[in-house]
Amino acid sequence: MKKVMILWVFLLPLALQAQEKKNKNAKATFEVSGNCEMCKKRIEKAVLTVKGVKMATWDIPSNVMSVIYDSNKAPLKTLQGEIAKVGHDTPLVKAKDVVYDELPQCCLYERMPEE
Amino acid sequence: MKNYFIILLSIYGISMNAQEAFSGIVFTKEANETLPLEGANVFWLGTQIGGVTDQGGEFSIPFSKKTKQLVISYVGFKTDTLSVNTNIQFRHVLYENSSGNLDEVTVTQRRKAIQKSYLEAQNIINVNSAELLKAACCNLSESFETNPSIDVNFSDALTGTKQIKMLGLTSPYLLITEENIPMVRGASQAYGLTFTPGTWIESIQITKGMGTVVNGYESIAGQINTEIKKPFSDVPLFFNFFTSANGRQEVNAHGNFKVNDKWSSGIFIHGNQRTQKKDQNGDSFLDVPLAKQLNILNRWQYTDAEKGWVSFASIRWMQDDKQIGAVQFEPDRDKNSTSIWGSEIGTNRFDGSLKIGYVFPEIPYQSFGFQSAYSNHKQDSYYGFRRYEIDQESFYANLLFNSIIGNTKNKFKAGINFSFDQYLETVDTFFFDRSDRSVGSFFEYSYDNLENFSFVGGVRIDFHNRLGNFVTPRVHVRYLPREKTILRASVGSGRKAANIFAENQSLFGTNRLISIEQSGGSIYGLNPEIAWNYGLSIRQIFSLWGGSGDITADYYITNFTDQVVVDWEKQGQISFYNLEGQSRANSFQLAIDFSPVEALSFRLAYKNYDVKTAYKSGFLQRPLQAQNRFFGNIGWETERSTKGAQWRLDLTYHALGKQRLVSTVRDGDGSFAPAYGLWNSQLTRAFNNKLELYAGIENLGNYTQKNPIIAAEDPFGINFDSAQVYAPVFGRMLYAGLRWNL
Repeated sequence: MKKVMILWVFLLPLALQAQEKKNKNAKATFEVSGNCEMCKKRIEKAVLTVKGVKMATWDIPSNVMSVIYDSNKAPLKTLQGEIAKVGHDTPLVKAKDVVYDELPQCCLYERMPEE
Repeated sequence: MKNYFIILLSIYGISMNAQEAFSGIVFTKEANETLPLEGANVFWLGTQIGGVTDQGGEFSIPFSKKTKQLVISYVGFKTDTLSVNTNIQFRHVLYENSSGNLDEVTVTQRRKAIQKSYLEAQNIINVNSAELLKAACCNLSESFETNPSIDVNFSDALTGTKQIKMLGLTSPYLLITEENIPMVRGASQAYGLTFTPGTWIESIQITKGMGTVVNGYESIAGQINTEIKKPFSDVPLFFNFFTSANGRQEVNAHGNFKVNDKWSSGIFIHGNQRTQKKDQNGDSFLDVPLAKQLNILNRWQYTDAEKGWVSFASIRWMQDDKQIGAVQFEPDRDKNSTSIWGSEIGTNRFDGSLKIGYVFPEIPYQSFGFQSAYSNHKQDSYYGFRRYEIDQESFYANLLFNSIIGNTKNKFKAGINFSFDQYLETVDTFFFDRSDRSVGSFFEYSYDNLENFSFVGGVRIDFHNRLGNFVTPRVHVRYLPREKTILRASVGSGRKAANIFAENQSLFGTNRLISIEQSGGSIYGLNPEIAWNYGLSIRQIFSLWGGSGDITADYYITNFTDQVVVDWEKQGQISFYNLEGQSRANSFQLAIDFSPVEALSFRLAYKNYDVKTAYKSGFLQRPLQAQNRFFGNIGWETERSTKGAQWRLDLTYHALGKQRLVSTVRDGDGSFAPAYGLWNSQLTRAFNNKLELYAGIENLGNYTQKNPIIAAEDPFGINFDSAQVYAPVFGRMLYAGLRWNL
């Protein structure tokens, strides 16, 4: 029984590390409002400024953002916050009207009415 | 409605809480197993109230009484919209998209046949199979006729071989790879490009300037990579027949089949022959060789997209025989004759390669690749009295790792490679044997700010038993000052061993004495060639009269710090010696591509070359190098009908300025070849997506060089020389062919 316990203690950090490692490359997809190639550049650039974000691809037709990120370093809300800062609405954070209004003509996506 | 939803309303989840949260689990089915789906979007229709499922497929979002329509979506999966009336624990299975029950929207956009890079830092021109069809015929060496970045020249008056040049430098200064494995090098330098049939080629990537460090240190003027058709994506069956008025016939047959959903295989067979003797200019020498070639390739492709594995294994065998020289020469009768000059060149080559690539499925920006290749190249030949034999055995291996630093704006490639070459060479009565071994490692970092700036910096360290231990740095920068203006700059070094005989095989078609002025080096007593290349390029994309186009200006400087100078200046002699003094190749190109309407495209280019080397006799322009060249191409094609019927017409013009000639009994001191122009044209009729007929004329203006062979009447005398060729030997030439695929 003791042996088993020791083994457990020994394995625990390993298991934790494995868990952590998994989070290091967490995957998430969420919708980001936008229209065009210019939006794509802006949105992807904004997400990549967040430390811990490794890859970000925003698909124009479906408006879906796929990210691979270190969930220990950056919660989803932070990522979405950065996107909202450059004028694009996300499920968790909405862009400020002033920022939205500053977007180039082609990027003025249709905004969902607020709840 | 094929999309049926499985909603398992479970009793145990009738829990309501104060915040009115709505929670549940999203699953997916994979091989009859129900697994939680992480990263799916769950949101209320028409709102942005929603969330993303976690690792356990669970989500928890505020309950919305307003819309009652819940949307669940995930990339590559069907998006489901469900009615939710009461807040209960929710479970849902989301299904993957399969093409069978999906309303497909196919967006087709016609790709341009030549694509200049927009995103890469390097100056890369991609030539796809549509462009390759514009070339009259038939192999890689003839695939560049409609591309202004590469100049096609004639290597000699006997073999009909075309020699390519880039930035004013001949092909030995280019790194020519096949699917990123060095291919045309060493023994195959003279004829190697003619050993890849045109129909096998999927695309060609031409890099002007140094290029990447990944594939080695040998590139100086540029890199040419050829992608061969892949069994997985190529048509199941393909046939091509070609015949020309100068007596050349070619046959190509490709068959591809899928063994199962992961394995596929392709067999590519090429045969060509020329059996008719042609002597238009009446010098009693064949204008084009008698030839036959059989070339067989079998490749296997393994693809497991889910797990991220891709692998290729290829084997290839080739036999090529040419007979050149006097029209009445009969090899069996006249070999070693002192009255009739003739030559036979036989090449046998075997290639085998294995490539394995792996992309980490969870992190697609990380991958590794392994490549290995073996080849055995054997050429036996005699030219009159002269004998030239070369046998090269090569092994090459490369291990490459790709990943990121922080995020995908910062990428890197790192790896090692190994190469081994064993040469056995016989030149007249001399033997030259050597083996070259090198081990190198490389690191290439690239940065992209995702907007207007990117940078690629690479360095490699190599340990070579003959070239020494050395560092090869290369840097490429791309900057967009405005959206449609692309600036590029590059600098880097390259180095190579000069295989003096293999690279200058045309010397055997002369009776010049060979002199090697050794300088204590380890390659024929000569030191390796080392050069620095600097490039600057600007490209402007424009719209005009409803059409679009671009204009590109580039300037490249190649400075040799050491070179093996090939000196033809002295009559009756050819000398090889290490550079003493300056050697440079400066090239300027101005190119305009314009397509005013879909059906019509224009391509114009002006090129200026200043290629000068310090010869023993002075600092001179490289002989047989036109200082000015002009290129024009008009392409016209009708819109493809729904059945695929189409007409395509191409007209190409090459103008070459005067070329310096070395002093011979034919050309006096300081003489120049006259400037001239060449026209080519081709017409293609596609009847449907399966069958095409094409016909064309090469050298429409029938321009030929009057006496391509010097002292043809005395082929055993010291003055005999077939290497001083500046214009076509063969006049106007008609050809026709057909392509059929299943």
